[in-house]
Amino acid sequence: MNSTDIEVILATDCGSTTTKAILIEKTSGEYRLRTRGEAPTTVEAPYEDVTVGVRNAIIEVEELSGRRLLDSNGQIIRPAGEDEGTDLYLSTSSAGGGLQVMVVGLVRRMTAESAQRAALGAGAIVMDVLALDDGRLPHQRIQRMRELRPDMILISGGVDGGEQRRVVEMVELVAAANPRARLGGEFKLPIIYGGNVDARPQIQQLLAERSALTMVDNLRPTLEREELGPARAMIQEEFLHHVMSQAPGYGELMNWTDADIMPTPAAVGNIIQDIAREENINIIGVDIGGATTDVFSIFGGVFNRTVSANLGMSYSISNVIVEAGLDNVVRWIGEEIEQTQLAERIRNKMIRPTTIPQWLEGLRIEQAVAREALRLAFEQHKMLATGLKGIQQERDIASAFAQVQAGEETLVDMMALDLVVGSGGILSHAPRRVQAAMMLIDAFQPEGLTRLAVDSIFMMPQLGVLAQVHPEAARQVFLRDCLIRLGTCLAPVGPGRVGSPCVELTFSDTGETMSVPTGQLRLVEIGEDQTRKVIINPSRYYDVGGGRGRSVTASIDGGVVGLIIDTRGRPLQLPPLPSERQQLLRSWEEAVGLYPRR
Amino acid sequence: MPITHAYTPGLTVSESVTLRKLRRLPLPGKVHVAQGQAVAAADIVASSELPGNVATVNVAHDLNVSPEEMPRCMAKAEGDPVQVGDVIAEYKALWGIFHSLSQSPVDGIVENISNVTGQVLIRGKPLPVEVTGYVKGTVVEVLGDEGVVVECQGALLQGIIGIGGEAHGRLKLLAATPDQILEPEHITDECQGKIVVGGSLVTYAALQRACEVGVTGVIVGGIRGDDLDRFLGEPLGVAITGQEDMGITLIITEGFGQIVMAQRFFELLLSHDGQAASINGATQIRAGVIRPEVIIPHTGAEAVLPPPAVSALAVGSCVRLVRDPYFGLMGTVTDLPEQLQIIETEAQVRVARIKLEDGREITVPRANIELIQQ
Repeated sequence: MNSTDIEVILATDCGSTTTKAILIEKTSGEYRLRTRGEAPTTVEAPYEDVTVGVRNAIIEVEELSGRRLLDSNGQIIRPAGEDEGTDLYLSTSSAGGGLQVMVVGLVRRMTAESAQRAALGAGAIVMDVLALDDGRLPHQRIQRMRELRPDMILISGGVDGGEQRRVVEMVELVAAANPRARLGGEFKLPIIYGGNVDARPQIQQLLAERSALTMVDNLRPTLEREELGPARAMIQEEFLHHVMSQAPGYGELMNWTDADIMPTPAAVGNIIQDIAREENINIIGVDIGGATTDVFSIFGGVFNRTVSANLGMSYSISNVIVEAGLDNVVRWIGEEIEQTQLAERIRNKMIRPTTIPQWLEGLRIEQAVAREALRLAFEQHKMLATGLKGIQQERDIASAFAQVQAGEETLVDMMALDLVVGSGGILSHAPRRVQAAMMLIDAFQPEGLTRLAVDSIFMMPQLGVLAQVHPEAARQVFLRDCLIRLGTCLAPVGPGRVGSPCVELTFSDTGETMSVPTGQLRLVEIGEDQTRKVIINPSRYYDVGGGRGRSVTASIDGGVVGLIIDTRGRPLQLPPLPSERQQLLRSWEEAVGLYPRR
Repeated sequence: MPITHAYTPGLTVSESVTLRKLRRLPLPGKVHVAQGQAVAAADIVASSELPGNVATVNVAHDLNVSPEEMPRCMAKAEGDPVQVGDVIAEYKALWGIFHSLSQSPVDGIVENISNVTGQVLIRGKPLPVEVTGYVKGTVVEVLGDEGVVVECQGALLQGIIGIGGEAHGRLKLLAATPDQILEPEHITDECQGKIVVGGSLVTYAALQRACEVGVTGVIVGGIRGDDLDRFLGEPLGVAITGQEDMGITLIITEGFGQIVMAQRFFELLLSHDGQAASINGATQIRAGVIRPEVIIPHTGAEAVLPPPAVSALAVGSCVRLVRDPYFGLMGTVTDLPEQLQIIETEAQVRVARIKLEDGREITVPRANIELIQQ
């Protein structure tokens, strides 16, 4: 079917707990979201058939839209007619814990890191990274491999034409461990080799019989070059043909879909990359879930994804406290709170993850935890989203003094960032949209001018897989129905005392001016469909994107929140004294209307 | 937006159910029981051997030869058995003036000799693994050489979080009421090998005392988070448990802090005081949730199947509130308004009206109530 003839699109995302279906229809030449439905995922007992949950989610869509989508045999009706059927059916999946990959490389910060980036970019969760310099003894590495039950293993190591001995040594350990696949007792574990091409015969000899071995181009053919594309494509192919086909009900689901089923995070990465490319912008995307937090970034066209496996808002909420420390959570709460009681409440949320805060105090606590979970996940992301390490670079005196190794610098440049997209219940369902905006600002601390948005109902996965087949439909729905534009954050960067001049704004349309001193938050309402031209004059020490003290003229996009002017400084410093800090937090909360007044 | 299940289905606390427990080996092995055979909790129903650990020996390095030269120095071939100290390779030159040895660090079998890396891999002795019956019951199915299914009739009680794996012993109630705190002085030498039952809280000192005495398990309403971290020796970040090797299995029925054990839970344990029980602290609060369990085999009442995982919340349902500010209180549903309501946080949610045991009537989000399975 020609893409212009496609009138109705049905897409599902089979998550670990919920299967979500969306229905897109073309009306007046535009693709728009018609409705959505959801049902519990049915990969595990007693159902052990993913299609049961998919059908239930589709039935909910049928009920809400009035369009019949399943025939009497439970099959999807195709093509679309007046009141029934769909022209396209697509799906993503992260059910059963998603795609779990173990990575083996030689040097942790070089070839192993390239393999890690390849696996993460393909939508995988990296269970562990084994490398010669990982501090473990050989028998410990073997033990670890045997304990883990990955969906597949990705092996990298050595540059083409380089020494083979080390990579063969690591592969000997893999062969000795003989790790078993997570799904399907008898089926062979997929292993992808993307290392030194000269070592292929030895790798073949060691692994061909005991695994489903495939070879791809070297991930690091030379130290200066990283080729992640072939490995990522192979991971997704293996995911579909080896892993998915073993999961209960997926054989049938694969027959239903009009395109390959994609791992959910890979689909999200896709849509974010498409938007960044089309609009020529730098984006950070974050999905904070119950168990994990995914961060995606595209800076200068380079895509990176990380998963922080145990940073989340329900199942892993206690781990946020363990990793961030209770003090770091408490610092975001603008009222006195007893710390032991706070820790107990958070632990009780972990064991009853579906409960919601009933009182304002509970909401403040959860949003404080979210700031820390987002901050930590972002820190981890910045460490992986770097240039290539181990390459020779010409260095000047300044960089030598900076003590930064080649490739150590993160690609994440907050001043160059154009858009932050947040997703996940704590952001998408915050009672006030300004709460979502402030969580993103406090956690990521954007600099200069940055647009903020949240995914309304987390439909980025479905749009990501749709983008593979019908990019225009995906783009239209993403921009019109998926994103809720919160507005724009203006954050001047520079040193300054609280109360000293920071920035002055002149709105070209009305001539109105406003000056904001250092240490404040201000909110200017600019509606969702509005753009206002503003001349921004930072004081001599501050930079808003044009350089210190240089004015910038910008068109500022509005949103449901508007323009947030944040002169609190970067990095944001909070007073150590609790009473002083709480007073300051309350004044900021009032300035932007963060919480209802008592 | 439709909300399919806006409340927690709740944990099972049932006097009489028929349970089937899968007893499977990690690798195929030998099944020691037959279909229809009665088994006790401690009986070994299946056993197997896991491949031994692998030791690596850098022979080329030991002998100071290149990996290519190494094979001709080998004293052992792939598949040969070796013991600790056995010479696996030897290098002699100039009539023995230059002499070096490489010895096996473990007992095992030579698995691989590599002339690329110069490494020799030695597989240690197989590790025996045994699977017990876990519960007193009958073997209803034999799964080839992989294990069995044991069927058991009795009471089933699910806790909220546990520590430690499978254990069995006789129940011993140490609390007279469900609000009593379990202190060290309650735990006497008579508790050795028993599963002791406390009330609203177990203290760190009591847990230590239980370990000293050799208590098999502790069932209690609550525990302070700090005490649990101290007991485990590290903070509990993610609720995936069961692998802890503390020498004791702990089952928390209500949550963190001092919380009165649910009356029904307590009464059921009380009615079986002194009887044999099987417990498992394994918890996994993710998709495919696993909660810790107490199983008390008996044939006193007519067995029925476990209640369905999700039964409907209705006016008159008995519920427990599982979120502050009402955490731990019990009550009865008096109304379930259809329309979404705005709560203090300004969130629009489905709510329930609850009459508490103390007579107060409150409105709470449905997500914050837990249905008590009758």
